[in-house]
Amino acid sequence: MPETVVGSTHASTVKAREIGFGDAVREAIAEEMRRDPTVVLMGEDVAEAGTTFKVLKGLVEEFGTERIIDTPISEPGFTGIGVGAAMTGMRPIIDIMFGDFMCLIMDQVVNQAAKIHYMSGGKWKCPLVIRATMGATRRSAAQHSQSLHAWPSHIPGLKVVIPSTPADAKGLMKTAIRDDNPVVFFEDKISYTTVKGPVPDEDYAIPFGVADIKRAGTDITLVGTSSMVQVALGAAAMLEEIGVNAEVVDPRTTWPLDEKTLVESAKKTSRCLVIDEGYFRYGVTGEMASVIAEGAFYDLDGPVRRLGAKHVPIPFSPPLEDATVPTERDVFELARQMCNR
Amino acid sequence: MSTVAKPSKASAAGISADALIRMYRQMLAIRLFEERVNDLYTRALMPGLAHLYIGEEAVAVGICEALRDDDYITSTHRGHGHCLAKGADPKLMFAELLGKEAGYCKGKGGSMHIADPATGNLGANAIVGGSAGIATGAAFASKYLKTGQVTVCFFGEGALGQGVLYEEMNLAQLWTLPVIYACENNMYNEYTHFSETTAGDIIARPAAFGMAAEIVDGQDVRAVYAAASKYVERARRGEGPAFLQLDTYRYRGHHVGDIAREYYRPKTEEQHWVGQRDPVKLHSEWLTSEGIADKSTLDRITAELTADMDAAVEFATSAPYPDPSKVDDDVYA
Repeated sequence: MPETVVGSTHASTVKAREIGFGDAVREAIAEEMRRDPTVVLMGEDVAEAGTTFKVLKGLVEEFGTERIIDTPISEPGFTGIGVGAAMTGMRPIIDIMFGDFMCLIMDQVVNQAAKIHYMSGGKWKCPLVIRATMGATRRSAAQHSQSLHAWPSHIPGLKVVIPSTPADAKGLMKTAIRDDNPVVFFEDKISYTTVKGPVPDEDYAIPFGVADIKRAGTDITLVGTSSMVQVALGAAAMLEEIGVNAEVVDPRTTWPLDEKTLVESAKKTSRCLVIDEGYFRYGVTGEMASVIAEGAFYDLDGPVRRLGAKHVPIPFSPPLEDATVPTERDVFELARQMCNR
Repeated sequence: MSTVAKPSKASAAGISADALIRMYRQMLAIRLFEERVNDLYTRALMPGLAHLYIGEEAVAVGICEALRDDDYITSTHRGHGHCLAKGADPKLMFAELLGKEAGYCKGKGGSMHIADPATGNLGANAIVGGSAGIATGAAFASKYLKTGQVTVCFFGEGALGQGVLYEEMNLAQLWTLPVIYACENNMYNEYTHFSETTAGDIIARPAAFGMAAEIVDGQDVRAVYAAASKYVERARRGEGPAFLQLDTYRYRGHHVGDIAREYYRPKTEEQHWVGQRDPVKLHSEWLTSEGIADKSTLDRITAELTADMDAAVEFATSAPYPDPSKVDDDVYA
């Protein structure tokens, strides 16, 4: 199969269409289901409803209810089925409507899927994809708004994908489905409706563990993940106006992590700010900042700084909720301070 | 394991003589294996934990006799019997229990995680009820891929407290999946009698899902085989899952170190099961009384198995440990 690395920095070199974030996910799943009959997708209201976000609309018409499978509201139950089916010849995609429901399936993911390959001395494989959502500011309150991608990133045996653009979402979803390991794939809910972008017409897949430089710059590195890539790009435009040329780096996968690109960018710019929508404490920003600090210490002008979700349960009321997530203004202000402007 | 009872001159209870003798051999193999585990553990040669299956042999053997080689099982922390009954090699089992490179899982799994694709063993699982998803998922794949395979999910009555088991039973019945839920009721959730943990009747649980179910004497290997055959073939025909409640008894403690047990169960109860309800003894007496095997045949089997098990222990104890550099291998496929 043709495999081309396509990131947004060089997507313009190939023939492309403009599509939405969710459309890209659906296209990847549909194309993989056409090429591999062992790929099935199951979850709550994924068939005729096409998920609560309508992301999978139309798939059941093409693939039927044998392959796009509505389940009871029973996350551990159908995730467990995914684990067993993955071990015995299939490539299931499990749809977890809200990432908050990861809490319900942690035994299946952490104790079962992540460990069976190692525990069996490499004999069993578990080519399973868990699709989950992340991201706040939909006024959905504390149990439908969390970004819990740090959790699976902590577990050996799992791979974790957090795409920020349609092109990345499509190419990384294809890699996730073809991977022989359990992969947790987080889609930002806000991006379904707000993010559009060019997606190559050709068949392509993006390898895991390869960061993408979304904006090249010289004065400061802004490492952004998922929805925070758009925030970092917005902040970079504001920084431009005050004469600061920011580089925006998107790791795209928290594991495997492209440590080399993060460190090299920080060495080049000598300043680094990491932004992620997960809870700040013991999270993705802490890990990435430490990787960068260890690798680029002698080239840095100051400590690596971090911005993440406030350490509170996500509140419902709009002004309260908006105060929990890093904004372009937050990133701009901190970056400006770091650059002594 | 053979699928169909082989033709034989003698047959009883609708089971061929070969199968009847093979089941005796398998039960005794598990008994002798576990006695050596106990010995290795108490001599501090085996690291970790050891949960012995002694007393419950008829359950694993009767069920696995009803399975094809390519059928699947999932097992438990008390899983040596299931693995052996499904065809595991004692040499590689002992090697795994001792953490040796030659073991089934290269020493990475140990006693509670024996897994082997070659014998359809999806893995022993140290989370109580933890394999219900894997078993039901394997049954889902068998149905989707039209392979005709059946999966048996072994679990103890302690797993009846875990919600995921009921989610899987609901899905299996809803989707008519070829899976057998084999509930080994040895009456004790670790150190607690199941009556203190289990509301209502066990058999009422599958009934609530409309699932075929039966209570079976788990000390009678022929009864276990007969029930398992019936429901395995039914599942293979596409008629859906079943639940078997197999009443049995754990002769030893929850694990090898659980020696002083009188605070949770009386010695007289243990003596009753060991003396009156031993599955190996009951079956051997039946075989001789029915004229299917004479004492010399059974003695010969005992001698063969004893030699095999001693050789397996010798193989495992003299096998090398994995090199520490292997610790990073097999995290990802």
